[in-house]
Amino acid sequence: MVINNPVIYAVNPQTLAADWPGGFWWHWVLFALVTIIVVILMVMGYIYIARRQIGRMQSRVGPNRTGPFGLLQPIADVLKVLLKESITPDAVDRPVYWLAPIVGLVPVFVVFAVMPFTDGGMLANLNVGILYVVAISSISTIGMFMAGWGSSNKYSLISAMRVVAAVVSYEFPVLLSIASILLLSGSLSLNDIVLAQDIPFILLQPLSFIIFFIAGLAEISRAPFDLLEADQEIVAGFHIEYSGIKFALFYLVEYGEAFLLSCLITTIFLAGWRGPILPEWLWFILKSLIVWFVMVWLWATMPRVRIDQLMALAWKFLLPLAIINLIVTAIQVLTLPQDSLWIMIPVNFAITAVLILFWSKKFFKLGWGRVEV
Amino acid sequence: MKFERYGLGMAKGLSVTLRYFFRSPSVTQYPEQRLHTSRRIRGNELVWDRQKCTGCCTCAKSCPQGVIEIVTSTNMVNNKYEVEKYRVDTGYCIQCGLCVESCPYGALFFSNAYECSKYRRSELIQDKEDMMLESGKKQPSGYFYPEIAAELPRQTLLVEKIIEED
Repeated sequence: MVINNPVIYAVNPQTLAADWPGGFWWHWVLFALVTIIVVILMVMGYIYIARRQIGRMQSRVGPNRTGPFGLLQPIADVLKVLLKESITPDAVDRPVYWLAPIVGLVPVFVVFAVMPFTDGGMLANLNVGILYVVAISSISTIGMFMAGWGSSNKYSLISAMRVVAAVVSYEFPVLLSIASILLLSGSLSLNDIVLAQDIPFILLQPLSFIIFFIAGLAEISRAPFDLLEADQEIVAGFHIEYSGIKFALFYLVEYGEAFLLSCLITTIFLAGWRGPILPEWLWFILKSLIVWFVMVWLWATMPRVRIDQLMALAWKFLLPLAIINLIVTAIQVLTLPQDSLWIMIPVNFAITAVLILFWSKKFFKLGWGRVEV
Repeated sequence: MKFERYGLGMAKGLSVTLRYFFRSPSVTQYPEQRLHTSRRIRGNELVWDRQKCTGCCTCAKSCPQGVIEIVTSTNMVNNKYEVEKYRVDTGYCIQCGLCVESCPYGALFFSNAYECSKYRRSELIQDKEDMMLESGKKQPSGYFYPEIAAELPRQTLLVEKIIEED
């Protein structure tokens, strides 16, 4: 490990714990705070980018009045939401209702502890990093279910049930696509996954990338899988009874998860912080912004799916393809020599195209052909 | 084999949004940017040419709403009617244009103003000083007067803005 890199020197506790005044905990508090601030700032940037980009894609301008180029718009949004009256309906289950936004929010921040913003520039270089991410980020679903249940509103309960159903269904394709990546990287640590990507895994594992991207979008219920929130049709999903600061927390969860997903895609498939010339953290941020651009692009383009289509896509399309991809990757890793991984690029692209065409032609029928797509 | 079902349809949709992303937005930032209105707009005010008006009251008679109030007196020296009072309650005006069309001397025009919101109904009543063509504050629109219309700038269309930038 390069010791003269100041970021590593500061962030990696193993290199510097003893020198810190007051001991070890001080270090954790400071860098946890830095991570949280970075996440919040990025979330604000994401909100701004999403609004401007969707505006331009709909031939509008988007927010451009608050500050230069409307850059202060997210701050204005936050202030507006914070100043709103916080209404608590009479029939709510109070402890659950009050706890839900926090249970939803905390995992999103906690997950960023293992995100390598630079080489080793992470709060904790866990050797089970990706497992930790998957496990912890699922907890925020409990917060959403608590919100849906606690607000004693049948519609929010329906939405919460659908959130849980979507997350449970899409966890399988996500995990299986990650598993095929782990076969290549040989480590669960996110930093080691980045280090293993001399060729970005998006080239070696295109099918895995597609599955992870789609399933990730569905898990964080972003468009086109945002039928749980569906701004245009229903007001909101599980957080319909929330207002004021509690609503702001759910909003933060929503975009924090989007940031998390784009960071994960950057780390796992786009070679994370690796890149020429520019500093490492800038490469990481740039790549995650590109991923977010694509996500918003899809948001502006795709029609929303129904709940049965959501479920069918997970179980009948993504899951079988992910299993096949895992088996194929395992065979490739066993048979191919270690230094000629590039052979996987054309082979896997061909396999991806054939599998998607074949599967959508032969096996995947929404509602068994009842519904014309 | 119809590839629309296997991703080509999505690609087409994505290309549309991407094209929109790179072209000029078709909205106008209103208070800063203003579009030229239609040259024959029936604006919210009337413009009155004092020189041409003979006080014949044809406009008042033709008005279906009866919002034009005109009082004249005879001027024996010049041998003509003197318009003493000319008031239009634009709050009741329906912009039908009959007064403009009926004027036998071409002394009445629509103005091309469209920002005429007021806080009180009483402010909507125009007196003859407000409507005077000579004051220069009022710009007559080309409604019913093609020769005026020919001199006005062409209407800006948002479609043209997109085509120009493309």
